[in-house]
Amino acid sequence: MPVIPGSFAYHRPATVSEAVGLLAQLGEDARALAGGHSLVPMMKLRLATPAHLVDLAGVASLKGIQADGNDIVIGAMTTQHELVGSELLRTKIPILAETSLVIADPQVRYMGTLGGNVANGDPGNDMPAVMLCLGASYQVTGRGGERRIPAREFYQGAYVTALKPGEILTAVRIPVPPAGHGSAYEKLKRKIGDYATAAAAVVLTMNGGKVASCSIGLTNVADTPLWAEEAARILTGSGLDPATVKRAVAAAEAITSPATDNRGPAHYRTKMAGVMLARALARAKERARG
Amino acid sequence: MAKSQISMTVNGAPVDALVEPRTLLIHFLREQLNLTGPHIGCDTSHCGACTVDLDGKSVKACTVFAVQANGADVRTIEGMAAADGTLHALQEGFREMHGLQCGFCTPGMIMRAYRLLQENSAPTEAEIRFGISGNLCRCTGYQNIVKAIQYAAAKLSGVPFQEAAE
Amino acid sequence: MNDQTLTAEQRAERLQGMGCKRKRVEDIRFVQGKGNYVDDLKLPGMLYGDFARSPHGHARIKKIDTSKAKAVPGVLAVLTAADLKPLSLHYMPTLAGDVAAVLAEDKVLYQNQEVAFVIATDRYVASDAADLVEVEYEALPVIVDPLKAMAPDAPLLREDLKDKMQGAHGQRKHHNHVFNWQIGDKDATDAAFRKADVTIKELISYQRVHPCPLETCQCVASFDKIKGELTVWGTFQAPHVIRTVASLISKIPEHKIHVISPDIGGGFGNKVGAYPGYICAIVASIVTGRPVKWVEDRIENLTTTAFARDYHMSTEIAATKDGKVTGLRVYTIADHGAFDACADPSKWPAGFFNIVTGSYDFPVAHVSVDGVYSNKAPGGVAYRCSFRVTEAAYCIERAMDIMAQKLGIDPAEFRMKNLIRREQFPYTSALGWEYDSGDYHTALRKAMDSVGYANLRAEQKAKQEAFRRGETRDLMGIGVAFFTEIVGAGPSRNCDILGIAMFDSAEIRIHPTGSVIARLGTKSQGQGHETTYAQIIATELGLVADNITVEEGNTDTAPYGLGTYGSRSTPVSGAATAVAARKIKAKAQMIAAHMLEVHDDDLEWDIDRFRVKGNPERFKTMTELAWAAYNSVPPGMEPGLEAVSYYDPPNMTYPFGAYICVVDVDVDTGTTKVRRFYALDDCGTRINPMIIEGQIHGGLTEAFGIAMGQEIHYDDDGNVTTASFLDYFMPTAVETPKWETDWTTTPSPHHPIGAKGVGESPNVGGVPCFANAVNDAFKFLGSTHIPMPHDHWRTWMVADKLGLHA
Repeated sequence: MPVIPGSFAYHRPATVSEAVGLLAQLGEDARALAGGHSLVPMMKLRLATPAHLVDLAGVASLKGIQADGNDIVIGAMTTQHELVGSELLRTKIPILAETSLVIADPQVRYMGTLGGNVANGDPGNDMPAVMLCLGASYQVTGRGGERRIPAREFYQGAYVTALKPGEILTAVRIPVPPAGHGSAYEKLKRKIGDYATAAAAVVLTMNGGKVASCSIGLTNVADTPLWAEEAARILTGSGLDPATVKRAVAAAEAITSPATDNRGPAHYRTKMAGVMLARALARAKERARG
Repeated sequence: MAKSQISMTVNGAPVDALVEPRTLLIHFLREQLNLTGPHIGCDTSHCGACTVDLDGKSVKACTVFAVQANGADVRTIEGMAAADGTLHALQEGFREMHGLQCGFCTPGMIMRAYRLLQENSAPTEAEIRFGISGNLCRCTGYQNIVKAIQYAAAKLSGVPFQEAAE
Repeated sequence: MNDQTLTAEQRAERLQGMGCKRKRVEDIRFVQGKGNYVDDLKLPGMLYGDFARSPHGHARIKKIDTSKAKAVPGVLAVLTAADLKPLSLHYMPTLAGDVAAVLAEDKVLYQNQEVAFVIATDRYVASDAADLVEVEYEALPVIVDPLKAMAPDAPLLREDLKDKMQGAHGQRKHHNHVFNWQIGDKDATDAAFRKADVTIKELISYQRVHPCPLETCQCVASFDKIKGELTVWGTFQAPHVIRTVASLISKIPEHKIHVISPDIGGGFGNKVGAYPGYICAIVASIVTGRPVKWVEDRIENLTTTAFARDYHMSTEIAATKDGKVTGLRVYTIADHGAFDACADPSKWPAGFFNIVTGSYDFPVAHVSVDGVYSNKAPGGVAYRCSFRVTEAAYCIERAMDIMAQKLGIDPAEFRMKNLIRREQFPYTSALGWEYDSGDYHTALRKAMDSVGYANLRAEQKAKQEAFRRGETRDLMGIGVAFFTEIVGAGPSRNCDILGIAMFDSAEIRIHPTGSVIARLGTKSQGQGHETTYAQIIATELGLVADNITVEEGNTDTAPYGLGTYGSRSTPVSGAATAVAARKIKAKAQMIAAHMLEVHDDDLEWDIDRFRVKGNPERFKTMTELAWAAYNSVPPGMEPGLEAVSYYDPPNMTYPFGAYICVVDVDVDTGTTKVRRFYALDDCGTRINPMIIEGQIHGGLTEAFGIAMGQEIHYDDDGNVTTASFLDYFMPTAVETPKWETDWTTTPSPHHPIGAKGVGESPNVGGVPCFANAVNDAFKFLGSTHIPMPHDHWRTWMVADKLGLHA
């Protein structure tokens, strides 16, 4: 049985515009190659058979982690390993490193990129829910030029995103949460490195023991990542007392529609989204100041 | 499909070759360079038996095309012993601590442990286990692999090795 | 050279013989990436084979079109059943007396069954071509539930057996029936149940799993047209058996077939039998005149090669109200998949399942096993099972716990009451096995004391009360398992593979300068035989282990053996090694007597030399005697110093163990954390404690995987949903618990060095220990039996049904 990819032509542009030009010219049969650790496994199983691969590894401008005013801008080709190692991110947006460390394994993190993890629309990827939670936006370039797409408007279905054909994600722009915020990414998985059975991302701020702001993202409990707005609204202004948390959990569960698979039946995964949310809230509260 | 010219350094020696773009690095190493130390154990990039060190990163060679490694500095298990044959501290540690049985996961495991100790020269047991979570073993149950890596960490740091009491 | 400067202890230590933690010889090459595994082999002109496989679980083949595949540049041929049929090779005999398809002819019977074999110049081309084989199928209804396989309206699976109601193991009672096998005294057992104070009955199912060694199955076949000789390198745990089978089916005489097992990357029973890939590679080599390599990928390995278990055991125990067991009844449905390819000794279609009375003194018992066909991969006996011993141990250990619960007796105390007593050995069980030796009570007492059992139960009680008060959401469970397993197959009177008795062999030759070469009929896949057999010889002959080369796996040079599986190497070949060594020692003694001018009986053995009784400064070391054997043997004696032994064991051996496990279950997620796992094993004489410990660690890790999440799962349409490592649970170093190992030593009285074998034990005892621990956590809430695997969602569902999430 084939566990060897089909043939393709390999291109390695040096700039974004070269990459975009190639993708436009080569059309539907071309795929962008980032870290490759989602695409190459699919190619080996012949679930993806691109005739052309446009390797973005040579595009230097896609790397880098920069502060830009109140935002941090992360180049799409930044690897998970680099996210974990960034002192800037660890101090300003600690949920990113925490999430990276539950993605796959050390080898995959050396190659897997943030751009790859957010752009391909795989409902199992962890970063998208975190991006929804943080209110991130994606800088995207195509033949028609550059545009910025809010993460909360990016995901349309399993493997269906707002990216137009020939567009590539060049950077992720994240507004830095207020100093003293609390955050947590709580992921239930069958084993380390597995896709989430269910996971919850929480970023909140506290003021005088009450929730001043709250944002919640859920992973792998629908065919897109979910932004649990209603649950967050319920929690805002509360002291995260058990009764309010219970109502927020119910609101979060209500928006899930997970797949039944080897991780468990759908209703179990819905319940686990709720449990992960409750645990993420508790840890985020512990970490918050205020 | 037309072949591409690639060059890289493998275990300190320059290599020039022609490969199809779709040739996976693991096949390039094993078939064209006859470096059969790294092994293939799965189809889905889970087992880590193919792990090599590429430009200072632990990489699963089954999930990377040889063309992506053009210009890279690659090290495999065959490049771990010194030129005079002296085993690397990890190779010695795996033997001392019985960290292998069938030997199939061992090259990838040692290459990953090598980079792990570069990242963190004195890892705790939990850090070791997390650090090798991308490498599967069916024979040892990992316990003696952890000891082997602790042995090597101690040796590389010039610290006496204390085998933890069971 | 007469060496008088070392003490006796120093001389013994220098040998690195039995009992010491000798470092492994094989490691030198493995840690340098210089192992020789099958896929490392490159021969000039070598071709590659790859399969096109069925996506359907059950379907008729209407048409196979290989034209597009054949047209790919680099493809030499594409074989289908039509090509193999004239050679009568489209089916091959299995080890269980059935036949299995090599390439599907009229229908396919399980997903990924082999349909066509592409032969090409490199593996990438073979892959492309395999993808282009076009097959037209007509889907048929699928059977994946073995409990429904013999329903009156169940579809016919094996059309080739349609009119054959006499199977290899007797009368078949249904078109999907394979065999019925029974043992024990049914009437006496039924009587015991009728008058029992207390009985329990439970369906105890052991899910289908797969041994999954890290290296998949593979071979290189090379037929030399000029000489008419076939050489096959392969992942064969039993290379001689493969040679004999290859000869029988290819008609090439056995002396012209050379089978070589090089280094093997794990076996665990996955690499005992023959697979279509081996046959097709051999045929392809004969047809093309070039070497052909076949390497399966992981999905192929998990979905088509020898699976393990899939045993559904309706189990009953009868007992007195004081807690003495009085009878055992087990009725099992065994799912054999599409072909019965179980690697059992031929008279044992259910393996040694009748070890199911376990460690307990059942006065009567009866077992009945019905094997059935289904639309799943063939196999059944694998994964450190010792021929269905894992199934039997899981069955009895769960059932004993269920009975203990019903009686209200602590599970460890209940076992103490019923364990076979030391005085009863050798013990003949109600199902016919003669257990060689054991001291069970000492072992269980030692285990319980080591873990502080009474304190653990007290802690558990306190935690249960805390749970009831809502102070914790964790449930603590304590699992106990006391297993007896049966290994070392086996005596010729009842153990044979395809008619070849299950003896094993050792050939030892000492060179003039005192170093040694030994060849065995077994084949290591990681068990360290190059290291351990040398230790046996070192102790027996007083020669330093580092000067002893051990070889296995080349059928031209190794004496005939039945291979390594079922923990048989130490009990059988280990015995042969000792016997062969003793033949050499006897000859050496005569040479020594001749050189020292004394009578044979005037000499005594002292570690590495024969010395004159009462006059110890007069001695000859074995090294000196080796030299002498080549130039100054007594008149009438042949020169040389070697011996071969083919050892027919008088009995099986019976290792045993006491395992105790502590878990904490989070009821809100269903996750189980293993807090502690203590394993006490008794494998008789311990040859290399380091290697024994390694075997226990590895086997317990396999057991952990099985108990906590592994399954080869088929959906209702016959699709395997756990076909790769994305879904088949393979624990990493993070999930795998830390293992505490301990031992007692009760030698086997019938074995020359008292050793029993140990490789299988941790899987045999580990699985029930984990399962009992998880079950134990929920007992106080009224739960009696939770089937495996104990993965998160299933455990959560148990908690949910018990109302714990209200």
